[in-house]
Amino acid sequence: MKRFVFHTGAELLRLAEKYKMPISEIALNYEQGVSEKTEKEVIAKMKRNLDVMREAVKSGLRLNKKSFSGMSGGNAGKMLKYAGSKSKKITSKALLKAMAYAIACGETNAQMGRIVAFPTAGASGVIPAAVLSVSEELKLSDEKIMKGLFTASAIGLIIAENATLAGAYGGCQAEIGSASAMAAAAITEMRGGTPKQCLDAASLSLKNMLGLTCDPIAGLVEVPCVKRNAMGVTNAFSGSEIALAGIESFVTFDDVVEAMKTTGEMMPSALRETALGGLALTPTGCRIRAKIGLPPIKSAH
Amino acid sequence: MDFELCHFSAKILAQMAYSLFDIAGPVMIGPSSSHTAGAVKIGQFARAVFDKTPSKVTFYMHGSFATVSAGHATDKALMAGIMKFKTSDPQIKNALNIAKKLGIAYKFAKTDLGPEFHPNTVKIVLEAPGKKSMEVIGSSIGGGSARIVKINDFDVDIKAIAGKYKYLVISHSNDSAVLTEVLQKITKFDKYYIAGIQSAHIDNHSLTILNLEGRDLSLKQVLELAKVKGVEFVRSLTKLD
Repeated sequence: MKRFVFHTGAELLRLAEKYKMPISEIALNYEQGVSEKTEKEVIAKMKRNLDVMREAVKSGLRLNKKSFSGMSGGNAGKMLKYAGSKSKKITSKALLKAMAYAIACGETNAQMGRIVAFPTAGASGVIPAAVLSVSEELKLSDEKIMKGLFTASAIGLIIAENATLAGAYGGCQAEIGSASAMAAAAITEMRGGTPKQCLDAASLSLKNMLGLTCDPIAGLVEVPCVKRNAMGVTNAFSGSEIALAGIESFVTFDDVVEAMKTTGEMMPSALRETALGGLALTPTGCRIRAKIGLPPIKSAH
Repeated sequence: MDFELCHFSAKILAQMAYSLFDIAGPVMIGPSSSHTAGAVKIGQFARAVFDKTPSKVTFYMHGSFATVSAGHATDKALMAGIMKFKTSDPQIKNALNIAKKLGIAYKFAKTDLGPEFHPNTVKIVLEAPGKKSMEVIGSSIGGGSARIVKINDFDVDIKAIAGKYKYLVISHSNDSAVLTEVLQKITKFDKYYIAGIQSAHIDNHSLTILNLEGRDLSLKQVLELAKVKGVEFVRSLTKLD
């Protein structure tokens, strides 16, 4: 059987169009080649990820205790309650639920619960939130969700190979930015979009995250990380909607990934996960630092 | 087999392909893939190369490992890896207490290894009675993937990512006959492909890393390789999770 290999968005799109396959199928085939595992084994492994994601969302929605720092915990349930309330909303129920799920994963992660680092732990809420909420809204099967997860993985793989997924290298654009691009492609395929529309959705979402700094207060994966997962899924929904409206990304996915890489390289280290700049450097940030017993930030400027 | 290859200094001849599950995963205990899961993997690696539960471990934390480790439980994660915990083990949060119970003395210190090192890097020094201490430097390169860059001052490049390759770490005297004999033994065990080979030399000592493609080597086979004259030790590293 032919094994597909791709390293760029252009290569992925070429394969998908030539063989008339969705991105998820190209990705599934790629993994069988790389891991020398059967289709069944690869799918089973992804299913385990889906199971852990569901569990992470569930436990996050139930979580009612604050984290050790007091900065996070208990907000996912609040968000879900609001989503189900009668008060007038200006966004869809699907998006409100996705936001609740994203916060749930983020809070589970912050309190040393079990999550899938997809693509990273800090950004682990975006993809589950997007695929689970969309599947509930459109009544899609688990099989369809799995297709979304494979598509998201393919997008993440291209980013990992050509740029980075690490906040320490690329700032948050590499983490929530990548997650958002991956989620946008995933839900676009789940909603019946073409491979080109999936890549457009990813490009649009990632472009909007370029330059996003990683400035966690006291170095904890809590503020702004937890709620930024909700913002990341909102961005993914927007990217998917714009792409499905037939609007193309003017810049190709590969170019956006390159822009993310070079932007990350230009970013000072204080804004790349060292917790020495941005929000971490504000009076609020410094107060939490002192509260958990970390030494004050010596001004690096 | 061309053993001239062995004299390429720390050069990687095979670039490993990413698995989708390097991106979609690992399933892990939070809060940070690079500061928690990646740190567990570096610990696992160090423990595997040392080949014994250490009685004392010192962690020299570099870059953002030094600045934000407490909040990300990097300390607990590294120690968990040293005790062979998986990245998904809920016991990671209790790793330091468990180490105390097991009588493993540990210390964390801040250091600056230099700008050539990745921001998420740690130097681990492992000690055990009656055993030569060992120094391992590893970096967490994002998304839970880790890379070992130094073993006892030898430059290496070992990625802890999923895949079909197996690593063999061989410490031996800098004599091509030694490595040749090891390679000949391996090819006699079974059908193995050498997917990559890197060797680093200091004085008359060498450290060679082989990427093998084929079945896992058995403990008996590894011990047999260790018997080759001029070989100090052989460690087989399989996929870590």
